Amino acid sequence: MADDIIIIGAGQAAAQAVQSLRAEGFTGPIKLIGDEPYAPYQRPPLSKKYLAGEIGYDRVELKAQDFYADAGVETLWSTRVTEINRREKRILTGDGREFSYGKLLIATGSRVREINVPGFDLDGVHYLRNIADVEAIQAHFKPGAKMVVVGGGYIGLEVAAVAVKRGIDVTVLETADRVMARVVDPIVSHFYERVHRAEGVKIETGVTVSGFEGTDKVTAVTSGEGKSFPCDFVVVGIGILPNTELAMEAGLTVENGIVVDEFCRTSDPDICAAGDCTSHPNGVYGRSLRLESVQNAIEQGKTAAATLAGKEKPYNQVPWFWSDQYDLKLQIVGLSAGYTQAVVRGDPEAGRSFAVFYLKDGVLIAVDAVNRAPEFMMAKILTQKQAVLDPKRIADETIPVKELAG
Amino acid sequence: MAKVTYIEHDGKEHTIDVANGLTLMEAAVKNAVPGIDGDCGGACACATCMVYVPEEWLSKLPEIETMEETMLDFCERREDNSRLSCQIVASDAIDGIRLQMPESQH
Repeated sequence: MADDIIIIGAGQAAAQAVQSLRAEGFTGPIKLIGDEPYAPYQRPPLSKKYLAGEIGYDRVELKAQDFYADAGVETLWSTRVTEINRREKRILTGDGREFSYGKLLIATGSRVREINVPGFDLDGVHYLRNIADVEAIQAHFKPGAKMVVVGGGYIGLEVAAVAVKRGIDVTVLETADRVMARVVDPIVSHFYERVHRAEGVKIETGVTVSGFEGTDKVTAVTSGEGKSFPCDFVVVGIGILPNTELAMEAGLTVENGIVVDEFCRTSDPDICAAGDCTSHPNGVYGRSLRLESVQNAIEQGKTAAATLAGKEKPYNQVPWFWSDQYDLKLQIVGLSAGYTQAVVRGDPEAGRSFAVFYLKDGVLIAVDAVNRAPEFMMAKILTQKQAVLDPKRIADETIPVKELAG
Repeated sequence: MAKVTYIEHDGKEHTIDVANGLTLMEAAVKNAVPGIDGDCGGACACATCMVYVPEEWLSKLPEIETMEETMLDFCERREDNSRLSCQIVASDAIDGIRLQMPESQH
């Protein structure tokens, strides 16, 4: 029908969009289509409390079970959209059904980057992206089992932290010369390496995985440097890729993500996109960003809903991220790429609490805060303002956080 | 289980039965109660789930911990009876609690 809104993808951005569409006053029909057998759920806890078994499905599910029905939303789970026909404004599903749309929201998210080395398909080689992945990994969680983690990024290190606490023998292999190299400064990387080693995790940097050994199940991970790491199972966490194929095949502009403007509009006026799958302009940093974060999914979900409901709610925020490992809460504000000076507040060499402030020609562009909520909250305000800070004041802990800007 | 009433700034009430163990922020977000954003999904990183707790209920809640205090410190509309609803866990002890919400969380 002419005013039908169809949402492709059922993750965080989609759930937010449903709620916001109704809050913005859209009363027409909404269809929500997802390829997993679940209603939208939160992914961040999957590599943290959910993997640890501390919380179950009821705590990751984003909305109450009757929320979608109450909101008058038709839900289609375990359903994959295979084609968008823009000329006829119809979509096609894997099971051969067709639905007409008035407007479309693409919220297809992202998928794991797969490792393409010999033995990649052996039993016991896992990724972590959805609930089914976590269940498969948990089945290996027996004290003394040997796990090799391929990739020392957020996912790999969060899994390592959970597993070592469950008595698993954990080795993390990282290609770069330090962990989390893509997202934080060496100061923060070395701090995390120190803590993980103190907790009993073996970390090997500068190691490029060349293959998995085993006849039917994996028994070792081999490296290009000629080393072999025996294991009972493997978790691979080497990044994610945006799900842009549907958009690309439909002829929408795609450049490292589905290209949208600050209102989440794609190159087709009847189609919006939101979340991990988009590349969007960011006014604070003056460049296009593709972000993999909850904040981005929620805020773009709100913005896309407003646009679809005929309103304008531009999205232009400083990004923020977090990672939980052991008792460490890492909270990141902004993007530090291109910084000219890193200033440390606190002591990363001892203890478990400090923050790194990144300045570009004096302007605060990002902060990595470890167990430093005040610095994190203040950084959100100061980065959005593009505040100029004095490095001496940042490093001086006798100056309260709220007075850093002078 | 706790029956929880969320009161919007304009006085509109939403009463929800919240299972023990769930936070009052989670219950509000799951049921799309307007006025509680919970933008960070409970990571204690956004301070967008602040509520005002009436005196008679305030004493039944656990003390404010450091993290919550820090976040509240950055809430523009903080009052003496402010709490973050992501840090209040439902239990029989708070059955019937009423929470007033601020005009905006931002």
